[in-house]
Amino acid sequence: MNYKIIFNTLGWVMNIEALCMVLPLICAIVYKEDVTVFLISIILCILFGVPLTLKTPKNKTMYAKEGFIIVALSWIAISIFGSVPFMISGIIPDFFGAFFETVSGFTTTGASVISDLSVVPKSVLFWRSFTHWIGGMGVLVFLVALLPLSGGNNMYLLKAESPGPSVSKLVPKVKSSAKLLYVIYIGLTLTQVILLLFGGMSVFEALTLTFGTAGTGGFGIVNSSIADYSSYVQIVCTVFMILFGIDFSVYYLILLRKFKDAIRSSEVRTYLAIITVSVILITSNCLSLYSTVGEAIKHSAFQVSSIITTTGFSSVDFNLWPEFSKTILVILMFIGACAGSTGGGMKVSRIIILVKSIVKEVKIAVHPRATHKITMNGRLVAHETIRATNVFMVSYFVIFFISLLIISIDNLSFTTNFTAVAATINNVGPGLDMVGPTANFSVYSSFSKVVLSLNMLLGRLEIFPLLTLFSPISWKK
Amino acid sequence: MKIIVVGCGNTGYKIVEHLSSENEHDITVVDIKSKIVQDIVNRFDIMGVVGSGPRMDILLEAGIKQADLLIAVADSDELNLLTCFIAKKLGDCQTIARVRNPEYSKQIHIFKEDLGLALIINPEQTAATEMARLLRFPTAIQIDTFAKGRVEVLKFRVACDSVLCNMKIADMRAMLNCDVLVCGAERKEATFIPGGNFVIEEGDLLSVVGSPSNVSEFFKKIGIKTNRVKDTLIVGGGETAYYLAKILMRDGISVKIIEEKADRCDELSELLPKATILHGDGTDNEILLEEGIEYCESFVSLTESDEENVLLSLFAMSKTKGKTITRINRTAYESVISRLDLDAVINPEIITAEYIVRFVRAMNNSYGSNIETMHLILDGKAEALEFHIKDNSPVEGKTIESLSLNPNVLIACIARPGEIITPGGKDVIMKGDSVIVVTTNKGYNDISDILR
Repeated sequence: MNYKIIFNTLGWVMNIEALCMVLPLICAIVYKEDVTVFLISIILCILFGVPLTLKTPKNKTMYAKEGFIIVALSWIAISIFGSVPFMISGIIPDFFGAFFETVSGFTTTGASVISDLSVVPKSVLFWRSFTHWIGGMGVLVFLVALLPLSGGNNMYLLKAESPGPSVSKLVPKVKSSAKLLYVIYIGLTLTQVILLLFGGMSVFEALTLTFGTAGTGGFGIVNSSIADYSSYVQIVCTVFMILFGIDFSVYYLILLRKFKDAIRSSEVRTYLAIITVSVILITSNCLSLYSTVGEAIKHSAFQVSSIITTTGFSSVDFNLWPEFSKTILVILMFIGACAGSTGGGMKVSRIIILVKSIVKEVKIAVHPRATHKITMNGRLVAHETIRATNVFMVSYFVIFFISLLIISIDNLSFTTNFTAVAATINNVGPGLDMVGPTANFSVYSSFSKVVLSLNMLLGRLEIFPLLTLFSPISWKK
Repeated sequence: MKIIVVGCGNTGYKIVEHLSSENEHDITVVDIKSKIVQDIVNRFDIMGVVGSGPRMDILLEAGIKQADLLIAVADSDELNLLTCFIAKKLGDCQTIARVRNPEYSKQIHIFKEDLGLALIINPEQTAATEMARLLRFPTAIQIDTFAKGRVEVLKFRVACDSVLCNMKIADMRAMLNCDVLVCGAERKEATFIPGGNFVIEEGDLLSVVGSPSNVSEFFKKIGIKTNRVKDTLIVGGGETAYYLAKILMRDGISVKIIEEKADRCDELSELLPKATILHGDGTDNEILLEEGIEYCESFVSLTESDEENVLLSLFAMSKTKGKTITRINRTAYESVISRLDLDAVINPEIITAEYIVRFVRAMNNSYGSNIETMHLILDGKAEALEFHIKDNSPVEGKTIESLSLNPNVLIACIARPGEIITPGGKDVIMKGDSVIVVTTNKGYNDISDILR
């Protein structure tokens, strides 16, 4: 294990976090709020980060295990240091609550423990939303794009941090790939900000709302989430949530003007098909609740895209919807967005592979001698990918049920517990019942908050980096 | 530059290793085996596509439309040629193919012209040429030529009783009174471009640069024989053996080849009627002794397996004082092998990679690159580059002492029409000169790169 490179990279991640905190600091200056909150936080990050980065390690080799461990440690570290502003400002005085809130931010979950947002300073609200934006594309992707880290081994960092069953580059160089991802990300973000400004929002509102959408996070800046905004804003958000849930390599293909290849992606097609079908089903189920069909379509489309992309905004309290609609939403939580997007969940491509595996098994049961290969986009899916998908699925549910068992100690209703775990492990945000869109997670004990925080990290990093970090085999010499 | 490498065997791997270390190319590899692609993509900063090289959709996916260069080094010659042909049709790129079957050697120019190939490489033949050069000058472990053969860089080992032992490099010229320059030294695993204060020790590997006549005079003065060998014993009758035998026999050196497979023996005896082809297991000591390994002036091990080659050469060295050449294909254990004190080691993949890197750099510098020749020296840790000095070159008309050079750069030789200069501080670089620079900094394209 190359400890030096692990801690060096960790140091750089802290420096970048310090850099990111400059934005809320500016925000505090603009709104004449207490600047010490972010000054102290920045100093803490620097105190931790700079000493680690002073010396560049000679041996820069990084293998898969170092990649996994760097990613896992970095995410834990940014969450710990990122929670400092919440504690200093007194918004969430206890550490576990603040940690939960920050993890929820970085993992783009959007589950909150703050019960009244109206008393929170704007700079803290800005930081809270900005963590979504940073976590959406990933801190290490950003690091790789910026730093002159050497060699092809950085691919391990990208692989460990980016979601999806098989991660590949857009262009030959890792650095250029990472840059390109951020260019697309920033491009889409700016477009949404501009569109929201047209809708008459203030710059602060437009930025924070966009950060929440871009990272598919879901932190709002008012207690009512998105419900009180105009229809125009809600429609813009719906569209952009869907866009941010699409595999970013599709945008790269569009940039290259390879439109045919772009629309060929079976994952994106399935994703859009699932959205369409869900919207139709929920609209017909909820029709009686709304005055016009348009209103019903608008709200169901908003909720469906918010949940499948694992954003977690709400335009209505869907806790009041009929059971059928709520169940659809819970299922969508598990499906999640496309691989290679900023969304969470199990990812549409994994679902496709799993469904195709079922078809394959049935076919083999009927024709025991049949040879059947699983393909996607006209390409053979490697056996490794299928195996990894199956193992992922199993570990996912093992972790799901263990967490469910642990948090049930708090003695809340089953729906609350089930959707709380589903909403955190899939990085959605709100669940149903007591953790529904109008409620929050402060009902849970500190211990459960830690468990749910871990669930968010496990979900965002797709389980294995964290398991690697906590398993003794990877630390043995 | 955007480069596609088709085929990730030994050669492909080596090429990717060199090109990706220059950090300015976007490399995509194509191979039919997904495992191989995955391995190489994990190791270097490149992209991989799994599929067969000549397939149109695969090449398009690898980005042939934007590519500047395609290098086809898959196993089969025919596939390589076909890949280049298709690539040429799909995109506007230069193509390099590896063609190594001797049966095609006479029609290389047809491929080159009609398929529009920029370069055809044949690692076996190149390796054979290199080996033949060593056998003509057995003292050397490695010989590289510059300025169309007018300058040589020659690597040799300092023997225990050599006059060079404990000599300072600064004193060498005065004490031996000959016009050569030490441009590199290797001691154990360390490599240096030595300064004047460097003290030569027994067992050092020195690289000297000079004109061939000066170099051979230098060897005479330090008491090393420079006669070429009269006969050679080759174990392993592959393609390299064929090319080598052909070159050696043209020079009147008698050749014996021991080959294990009877069919191949038949083929070889048909192709090389004047050589002695022996059917037998070359790794069998008895056969080697029977064939008089003790009296051979040179021994070349060219079997398929690196391990066998190393052992054979060690055995040969224990029996004879003659020149020994070992072919090694894998480069991973270079540092271990160099500790074994094997005489000359030839690695066809490194030579090929060298060729291609040189070509790529020449392409890179579209203003008629002034790199004329490039060789990797000092175990591949340094480059010896030959630059042609043109008008308006930043070094033209300047004395060497007035140039502020980058660290780890040595101006080793100046080849001027009619004269070879071993440069001192007062020498002036003029237009039309070929300047040979030795450096451990890689990726130089132009003579101006040596300046600070």
